[in-house]
Amino acid sequence: MDTLRLLRRYFAASLSAQAQYPGTTFLMTFGAFAVTFIDIFAIAALFSRFGKVRGWSFGEVALFYGLVSISFAISDFLTRGFDVLGTEFIRTGNFDRVLLRPRSLAVQLIGYDFRLRCLGRMTQGLVVVAIASQALHFHWTPAALALAAWTVAGGVALFFGLLVLQATLSFWTIEGLEVANVLTYGGVQAAQFPLSLYAPWFRGFLTFVVPLGCVAYFPVVALLGRHDPLGAPDWFLPLSPIFGVVFLAASFWAWRFGVRRYTSTGS
Amino acid sequence: MPQILVEGLAKTYRVAEREPGAWGAVAGLFHRRWRTIEALKGVGFAMERGELVGLIGPNGAGKSTTIKILSGILRPSAGRCEVDGLVPWVQRVKHVARIGVVFGQRTQLWWDLPVIEGFDLLAAIYRVPPDRYRATRDQMVGLMRLERLLGQPVRQLSLGQRMRCEIAAAMLHDPSILFLDEPTIGLDAPSKLAVREFVATLNRERGVTVILTTHDMHDIEALARRVVVIGNGTILADSPYETLRAGVLAERRLHVDFAAEAPAIDIPGVEERARDGRALELAFDPAVVAVPALIARITADHAVEDIRVDEPAIEEVITRFYQLHGAEEA
Amino acid sequence: MEAALRPYLATFSARFQLMLQYRAAALAGFATQCWWGGIHIMVFAAFFAGAGAAARSPISLAQVITYTWLAQGFLSLNPWSGDPDVAAKVRTGAVGYDRLRPVDAYDWWFVNAAAWMTARAAPRAALMFAMTAILFPLAGLSAWAWAPPADLAAALMFTVSMLLVVLLSSSIVMLINICVAATLTDRGVNSFVAPLAILFSGNLIPLPLFPDWARVALFVQPFAGVVDIPFRIYLGQITGWVAWAGLGVQVFWIVVLVGLGRLWMGRVMGRLQVQGG
Repeated sequence: MDTLRLLRRYFAASLSAQAQYPGTTFLMTFGAFAVTFIDIFAIAALFSRFGKVRGWSFGEVALFYGLVSISFAISDFLTRGFDVLGTEFIRTGNFDRVLLRPRSLAVQLIGYDFRLRCLGRMTQGLVVVAIASQALHFHWTPAALALAAWTVAGGVALFFGLLVLQATLSFWTIEGLEVANVLTYGGVQAAQFPLSLYAPWFRGFLTFVVPLGCVAYFPVVALLGRHDPLGAPDWFLPLSPIFGVVFLAASFWAWRFGVRRYTSTGS
Repeated sequence: MPQILVEGLAKTYRVAEREPGAWGAVAGLFHRRWRTIEALKGVGFAMERGELVGLIGPNGAGKSTTIKILSGILRPSAGRCEVDGLVPWVQRVKHVARIGVVFGQRTQLWWDLPVIEGFDLLAAIYRVPPDRYRATRDQMVGLMRLERLLGQPVRQLSLGQRMRCEIAAAMLHDPSILFLDEPTIGLDAPSKLAVREFVATLNRERGVTVILTTHDMHDIEALARRVVVIGNGTILADSPYETLRAGVLAERRLHVDFAAEAPAIDIPGVEERARDGRALELAFDPAVVAVPALIARITADHAVEDIRVDEPAIEEVITRFYQLHGAEEA
Repeated sequence: MEAALRPYLATFSARFQLMLQYRAAALAGFATQCWWGGIHIMVFAAFFAGAGAAARSPISLAQVITYTWLAQGFLSLNPWSGDPDVAAKVRTGAVGYDRLRPVDAYDWWFVNAAAWMTARAAPRAALMFAMTAILFPLAGLSAWAWAPPADLAAALMFTVSMLLVVLLSSSIVMLINICVAATLTDRGVNSFVAPLAILFSGNLIPLPLFPDWARVALFVQPFAGVVDIPFRIYLGQITGWVAWAGLGVQVFWIVVLVGLGRLWMGRVMGRLQVQGG
């Protein structure tokens, strides 16, 4: 499909631009790895002092954390264009140029900047999953790999959707959008831990409003071969990542209103 | 069948009015007052394939609004617009594949990439078949003499160099219409000439329809046979430049350098415009006193070292035109 | 003396007022910090709820909760990155202008950095205090609230310690600034100071919760004085000579880092390359 070919070209262009600053790129990638990796020290310290938490072990929590990190890293890699829509496109009028090209707006925004520093967080996620597998003596069967991949896919869709919503908001206002970071970066933080740790109202929020639980907690419980202590039915667990995709579809529906607003009022 | 058809185009904006200061900001949260701005009040014109039209008007007159609607990035409030049979804002993808747009001082090329890589990426975006791309690209590079610039990142180019690459980039997908929005703004004299020549060649040899907006009237002089003037959201004029000038400022100018101090000239139909020692500038209506007759009379009565006949500067004509129609800057 | 201080007071005041204008950012920051604080506290509470958990911890859950709100409230005082003003000056080449002023360049940047951090911290700390120290108890959530200081002595020592935090943080930020000026970009150094600062200050989890064998080492390293030491003084978790030792650790690192910073800055400014144009 020529969309994929175009994305490949965009990726090559991004690489080319970042390769001109190899030192900086490497340092930022390493920094991204370090900033996310230190979390595991905190988790390890807590477990070494207190033992299990609400029936969950270190390895299990590490697995939640690692998979969510991977999901977010991939989504971050794809959504830089949406993240900076307000400052780089709308405020500067550059969004006009995006409208003037005979391609879908989303594809152009995805292709805007594939930041290599996301590999830092991605690596961290993989390392943490490795640590978790070691701690749990986990056997990665093809079925487990498939479920993990499906979980990550749902997670990528969810975080992508959050970025699209943030971008849609920027059609109305550019200030104060940092609040959206609460849901993206904050979402990663929240999804690290099993939902049973949180207060009931928060659990509800993470299941029904921003379905982070559906792309982290529930499927990983199934992956671990456990039952949900909160009582969600077993058949639901491996299916729940679908809600990430549903969330993404809903956010693109809202996106269209944002674009329409832009084309009605000009820049 | 005209290529571009515009009828009764209107665009109204609603802008929220707010009292200044902190109290105003808080009050604004509860009660918004709206002000309507009519950017376009019914604009209509048609363009045939291959025409080169200058679109001018004071700031805030509605020029950019018209261009945005024609290019498909803005929806009008009312009216009809068809370009090559397509409605720009409805059939966006098909429409923008056929047009090229150049914004002055802004580049669509990628800042950190060498020019040629930017061209290649554009060819991929516009789905231009490889052999056609290569042919068009080489033609444009040759026309604008871009060979030495191709390997340089765009951020290292001067404004003039960037503009030449910019116009070339806009042509890579062989559009049938080219919108140029202030293409010579900020350029030095040689670059302006180069850009004008480039555009003229594109229009003449490739038959590209060109719509040019500019504040530099010399662009108009050099390129546009037909001029469309927009002021106060309406079309004030749509004619060849000669016709417009004749309707505004039919006078011609005579510049004379006398051998001695410039004398007072008393000829009916002739007015003194400026005087500086031995130099004199006169304005006259060629319908009342013909050029040869006037020259003959002056040289007969006085010793003259140099004489020059010209028209009022185009800026003067246009400014006068705006004033006549009450269409000064909004 | 007063006259010598005037330019510094002026720049502090100006920068402080400028930062206070960013209201939307302050609100957004506050919302983020509430979220983070809330999640951390829920997680801590879950760990402490385990059987015999309280006995295995040198610090109680209530103390951890207050510690967390304090840490979130004063988050902007953390030395995570260099002063963005300095980065901008380095980018545009305007950094040379600072050498033209009749003031000491190190002191100038130091005072500016201090103003930048305190101006960002003030509204967020105030909001956090209002919500978690006042509203929560009123709403019956005292167990989750920002508790008052252990006693008057703790409160007084805490105040002194917080002043030292500003100085300590500024001295670390100065080192980052000088690094930015030396390398002509802010991208590199900002990337690796933040993880170190977050981990070793106590921002991630209170330092006492780390393994006991690391306790002394964690106490004497420079970042401890940015979060852990002042807040444990507030909680009365460290008192007496240990608290004074904590202040001493802060002062020690201020002196060392300022000294190092001045030396380094002299060298860097000397061979300053002017970039941009």
